[in-house]
Amino acid sequence: MDPVEIIQHTAGGVIGMSWLMIAFPLLGATILLVFNRYTNRWGHLLGVAMSLASFVVAVLAFVQLLGLPEAQRRQAVHLWEFIPGMVDMGLLVDPLSIAFALLITGVGSLIHIYSIGYMAHDPDRRRFFAYLNLFVAAMLLLVLADNYLALFIGWEGVGLASYLLIGFWQFKPSAAVAAKKAFVVNRVGDFGLLVGMFLIWTTFGTLAFAELKPITSENPTTLAIGLLLLLGACGKSAQLPLQSWLLDAMEGPTPVSALIHAATMVTAGVYLVVRSGAFFFPEGSGAALAVAIVGAATLLAGAIIGCAKDDIKKGLAGSTMSQIGYMMLGAGLGPVGYAFAIGHLITHGFFKADMFLGAGSVMHAMNDEVNMRKYGGLRKYMPITFATFFIGYLAIIGFPLLSGYFTKDGIIESAIHAEPVLGWLAVLGAGLTGFYMSRMVFMTFFGEKRWDKEAHPHESPAVMTVPLIVLSIGSIFLGGYLVLSNTLLLWLAPAVGRPAELPGFHPFSVPGLSTLALVAVGAAFAWFKYGRAEVPAVQPRGSFLTTFARRDLYGDALNESLIMRPGQWLTRLAVYFDNRGIDGVVNGLAAGIGGSSGRLRRLQTGFARTYALSILFGAAILTGALLLVGNI
Amino acid sequence: MTTQYLILSGLLFAIGAVGVLIRRNAIVVFMCVELMLNACNLAFVTFARQVGNLEGQIIAFFVMVVAAAEVVVGLAIIVTIFRTRRSASVDDANLLKY
Amino acid sequence: MSSLWLPILMAVPVLGAVVVALLPKGGTTLAKQVTLLVSLVVLALTLVMAFQFPNAAGDRFKFEATYDWIPSFGVHFGVGVDGIALVLIALSAVLVPIVVLASWHDADGVKAADGTVIAPKRSVKTYFSLLLVLEAMMIGVFAATDVFLFYVFFEAMLIPMYFMIGSYGGAQRSYAAVKFLLYSLFGGLLMLVAVIGLYVVAGKGTFMFPELVGAIQDPATQKWLFAGFFIAFAIKAPLWPVHTWLPDAAAQAPAGAAVLLVGVLDKVGTFGMLRFCLELFPDAAKAFTTPIIVLAVISIIYGAIVAIGQTDMKRLIAYTSISHFGFIVMGVFAMSQVAQAGAALYMVNHGFATGALFLAAGFLIARRGSPHIADYGGVQKVTPVLAGFFLVAGLAGLSLPGLSSFVSEFMVMIGTYSSDAFGSGALAAAAIVSALAVILAAVYILWMVQRAMNGPTAEPVKAFKDLNAREVWVLAPLVALIIGFGFFPKPLLDVINPAVTSTLTNVQVDIPGVAEKGAGQ
Repeated sequence: MDPVEIIQHTAGGVIGMSWLMIAFPLLGATILLVFNRYTNRWGHLLGVAMSLASFVVAVLAFVQLLGLPEAQRRQAVHLWEFIPGMVDMGLLVDPLSIAFALLITGVGSLIHIYSIGYMAHDPDRRRFFAYLNLFVAAMLLLVLADNYLALFIGWEGVGLASYLLIGFWQFKPSAAVAAKKAFVVNRVGDFGLLVGMFLIWTTFGTLAFAELKPITSENPTTLAIGLLLLLGACGKSAQLPLQSWLLDAMEGPTPVSALIHAATMVTAGVYLVVRSGAFFFPEGSGAALAVAIVGAATLLAGAIIGCAKDDIKKGLAGSTMSQIGYMMLGAGLGPVGYAFAIGHLITHGFFKADMFLGAGSVMHAMNDEVNMRKYGGLRKYMPITFATFFIGYLAIIGFPLLSGYFTKDGIIESAIHAEPVLGWLAVLGAGLTGFYMSRMVFMTFFGEKRWDKEAHPHESPAVMTVPLIVLSIGSIFLGGYLVLSNTLLLWLAPAVGRPAELPGFHPFSVPGLSTLALVAVGAAFAWFKYGRAEVPAVQPRGSFLTTFARRDLYGDALNESLIMRPGQWLTRLAVYFDNRGIDGVVNGLAAGIGGSSGRLRRLQTGFARTYALSILFGAAILTGALLLVGNI
Repeated sequence: MTTQYLILSGLLFAIGAVGVLIRRNAIVVFMCVELMLNACNLAFVTFARQVGNLEGQIIAFFVMVVAAAEVVVGLAIIVTIFRTRRSASVDDANLLKY
Repeated sequence: MSSLWLPILMAVPVLGAVVVALLPKGGTTLAKQVTLLVSLVVLALTLVMAFQFPNAAGDRFKFEATYDWIPSFGVHFGVGVDGIALVLIALSAVLVPIVVLASWHDADGVKAADGTVIAPKRSVKTYFSLLLVLEAMMIGVFAATDVFLFYVFFEAMLIPMYFMIGSYGGAQRSYAAVKFLLYSLFGGLLMLVAVIGLYVVAGKGTFMFPELVGAIQDPATQKWLFAGFFIAFAIKAPLWPVHTWLPDAAAQAPAGAAVLLVGVLDKVGTFGMLRFCLELFPDAAKAFTTPIIVLAVISIIYGAIVAIGQTDMKRLIAYTSISHFGFIVMGVFAMSQVAQAGAALYMVNHGFATGALFLAAGFLIARRGSPHIADYGGVQKVTPVLAGFFLVAGLAGLSLPGLSSFVSEFMVMIGTYSSDAFGSGALAAAAIVSALAVILAAVYILWMVQRAMNGPTAEPVKAFKDLNAREVWVLAPLVALIIGFGFFPKPLLDVINPAVTSTLTNVQVDIPGVAEKGAGQ
C-alpha cells in the first residue's frame, strides 16, 4: 500500500511550530559564534539547553501526531517562498521525519551533555558546542524538509558541520586533511544528488515530496534518478565506493564521532533512500536492487576493516560502515525492509553512540590513547564504562533479546526472503561482527594491562557516565519495543507505505539460528585469540588478508592512484598551459609587436639625405602611379 | 617655346635634387633646394604664359616668399649648428634618430 | 515623464569626487571620511529607489530620463533601469562603501613580502576620488538605455580602474594595468564598430535601445554585429580563452579595487550579453548558442582546475571567478526563465561572495605582505575571527547550500538542464558537466583553507593581530547578505524575473510551462 497523501497543515499546535526545532539550535550556534569569547563561560550550557529545547518540541510534535488519525499523519508546514515558481521552504512532519527528529535531538542532547565533561579542558569548548548546535539544526532541516532542495541544504549543512568538527583540532595536519577529505568525498555524492534533482525537476516539474506520485514500476528515468540519489546516499553514508572518508573522520573529538559519524549524519543516506522509496525505489526495481547490493557489499567491507583495526575508534568506524550497510540492504527491500532499516538505524544510534562515548570515556582515562594494544584489563578500573560498553556490544552482535537482535535479524530475514544471496552475505557479516566486536571488548577490558607508564585510568565523571547509562538502557529495550508486534512498521506505514503482509517474528528460523551460531563462532574465535591468549603490544605483521583490511581494503590507495595523482597531473598541466599556452600566445603577440616595431624604428637613421632620397622615391612612385592610372 | 622652358625647368630640378642627395655641405644642399624651388617657379611661370592668366605668376611670388622665409630660418639653423659643431656637414647632424 | 533619480544618483559621486580632489593637501583622513560619507549617501538613495521600484511608473524601464546629447547622430543621455540593472546598481552601491572602508590604508602603499612598502605613484586623495568617479560610471553603465551612452561608460570605466591598478598596485602593477587596458580596449573597439554598424544598418537615426530592439532582421548582419558585441563582453566577463588578464589584474590591484573589478566591472560583460547580445540580435544569439555554451562549460571546468593549481591566493580567487563567470554565461545563453534569472542573481551573489573572499584575503595579505599560500599556515589558531570570515567567504565561493551563491548556481544549472529551447540533450549534458565543478570548487577552496588556515602555526603568523573593528564592519555586512539571500532570495528574484521575461519575449523564446509560474510571481 502506498503512503498516505501529504496534507497542508493548517491547524495550530506544536506541528505548526515545528520550525522551532531547527530554530533553537540555530539560534544557539549563532549566539555562540557571533558573541564568541564573551560566551566562553556559559556557552556549553546554552548549547545543551538549545538541544534540549529542540528535543522537547520534537516530543510535543510526536505526541500531537500520535493523537491524529493515521490518514492525517503527514502534515506539511509551509514556511516561506524560497525560489519563486520552483520550490518553497517548508517542513514535513510525518512519522518518518519525527522518528528521526526524536533520535537526533534525543541522542544529540545526551551527547551534548556528555561533551560538557569530555571537552572540559579544551580552550575552544564554546566553539565546539556552536558547531554541535549547527549540526543539530542542519540535520533537523535535512529530515524535516518537505522538498529535495531544502533537504539538500540540510544535507550540505551537516556536511559543513562534519567538516568543522572533524577539523576541530585543525592545528593537527591530519585532522585538517581528514576534514577536507570528508567534505570533498561527500561532494562527489552531492554531485549525484544535484543531477538527480535536475532530473526530478525536469521530469516531474516539482521538487516537493507532496507533489511527487508513487510509482509501481520503474522506467529508465526513475532508474537514473534512483541511481543518482544512491550516489548521494553513498557519499553521506560512507557506502562503497565513497567509504574512504569515514575512517579518517575519526580525527574529530569522540563525541563528534558518536553523534555525526555513528548515530545520525551517516544515516542520512538511508533516510534519503527511504524518503524517496515510493517515488524512485519501488519494491523489486533495479534501483532498489542497486541499493541492496551496495548495502551488502559495504556491510562486508566494513566488517572486514573492523576486524583488523587496532585503533578503537577506527574499529568502531568500520563497524558503523558495516551497520549502515545493513540499513541500506534493508532500505533496498521495500516497505518491510524500510521498517527494519529505520529500526536498526534507531537502535544503532543508541548502541553505537553508547560504544563511541564509551570509547571516548576510555580515551579520556588513558591520555587520549586510541591503540587497543595499549589497553587491557580496564573493566575493573572503569566499571560503569565497561558495563555500558558491554551492553552496547551485546546489542550490536545481536545477542538475543537485546535491541540489535531484533532489528538486524529483521533485515536478514527480509533479505533472505527477497534476495537470498544478499541475505546470506548479511548472515556472514553478522558472524564477522561477532568476531571484531568481541575482539574489541576483549582487547580493551579483559586480559593483562598493557598500558603506558603515565596512564592512570579512572572512571569518568557523572556528566559523562549518565548519558552512557541512558544510551545503554535504550540499547537493551528499544529493539524489542520497536519490532515485536511491528510497532515501528505500523507507525511508519503512513509515511513509507504498508507491506502487503506483515512480517512475523520467527526466532527459530534457519537464518536466525545460523546467524546466532555464526556470531557465537566469531566471538569464541575472538576469545581464543584475544581474550585467553596474550595480545602482543606491537602489531604483528599479519597475513595478506590482515594487511588488506588494515589498509582499508586499499580504498585510499585506489583513490590515490586513480583520481588524486591524475588529478594533480591534470592540474599542473592546466596551470602550465594557462601560463605558457594561452598567456604565452598573448605575451608572445605583445613581444612580437614590440620586436617588429623595434626593427622598423631602425629606418629612422638621422641622415637627412636618406630621408630626401626616400621622399624622392615616394614622389616618383606616386607620379608613376598617377601616370599609370592615366588621369593626370 | 613652352617645351624648351619646361625642359630647362626639369633639368634645373634634377640638378637640384641630385645636389641635395649627394652633397654633404649644408650650404650647398640649401642652395640646391633653392634651385629646385626656382625650377618649380619657372614651370609655374611658363604655364601661366601659355594659359594666359596670372595665377601661375602669383604662385611663383608665393613660392619666393616662402623660400625667403626658409632661407632666414634655415641659414640660422645652419649657422647655429656650425657654431656648436665646427662642421656644416649634414651627415654630422644625425642625432635625431630612433 | 522624466525621473531625476538616476541622474542624481550619478551626480552625487561625481560631485563627491570633485570635492575629494579639491581638498587641501595632507587631508587624507578627511578625504577618506568624505568618500565614505558620499558612498553611504549613494547607498541610501539607491535603497530608497529600489524600494520604490515595484510601484514606479514605466513599463520595462523605470525611472527613465532622456536628454539629447548629440542630436545630429541621435545620441541621447538616456537612463532607466529594469530589474536586472536595478539589482546590479544596488550591488555597486553596496560594495563601494565597503570597499572604501576596506581600502582605508590600501592607497598608503602595498607591503611586499620582505617588509618593504611599494609606494603608490599618486596621492591618497586621488585614489578615493577615482573610486567615486568609478562608482558614478558603474551606475551609468547599468542604467544607460542608449547604446552609445553604454559604450561611452563601458570604455570610460577603464580609466579610473587603470590608474587604481597601475598606481596603487603590487610589484607588477604596470604589466597588469597595461594588459588589462589593452585587452579591454581591443574588445571595446570591436564593440564601437558594431555600435556604429548597428546605427547605420538599423537606419532609425537613434541609438536608443528600446527602438533598436528588433531593428536588424538580416541574419548575416546580425551575426557580424553580434560578434562585435559578444567579443567585447567575453573579454570583459572574462570567458575562456580571453581570460588571462583577470588573474594578473586582480592579483596586482589593491584588494578593494580587485573587489570592484571582479565584483562589478566584469559583470558589465555578462550584463551586456543578456541585455544587448540577446535582445538586439536574437537570431544570431540562437545560432551561436552551442559554441558559446561550450566555451562557458570550458571556463567552468578549466577555471576550477587551474584554480586548484595556484599558489597565489588572489590569483586563485580570480580563477574561481572565471569558473563562476562560466556559470553566468551558461545561464544567459540557456534561454530559459530559470537559468537567466539564476544568471542575473548569480551576478549579484558572486559580487558579494567574491568580494568577501577578496577582502578577507586582502586583510590576511596585509598582515604578512605575501599573497603566497605557502607563506601562511595555522592562521586560525592566531586570528580565529579572520579565519572564520575567510571560511564563510570561501564556502560562499564553493556555493554551499544555505549561502546565496548556491541558489543562483542551482538555478543556472537546473534551468540549463531543463531548458528545451534548443532541443534538450546538449544543454542537459552541459549542465551535468558543469555540476562537476561543485566537486572541484570544494577542492580549491578547502585546500586553500587547509594550507593557509590550518595546521601548525607558521612563525611569522604568530605575530598576527585579529581583525579590528573596521575590518569586522567590512566583512560582517557581506556575510549577512550572503546568508540572508541564501535563505531568502525572493526579494531579488521578484525584481529580476519580470526583466528576464521581457528579455526572453524579445528573444522570441517560448517560455515553457514550468517556467511561466516563475514569471508570474
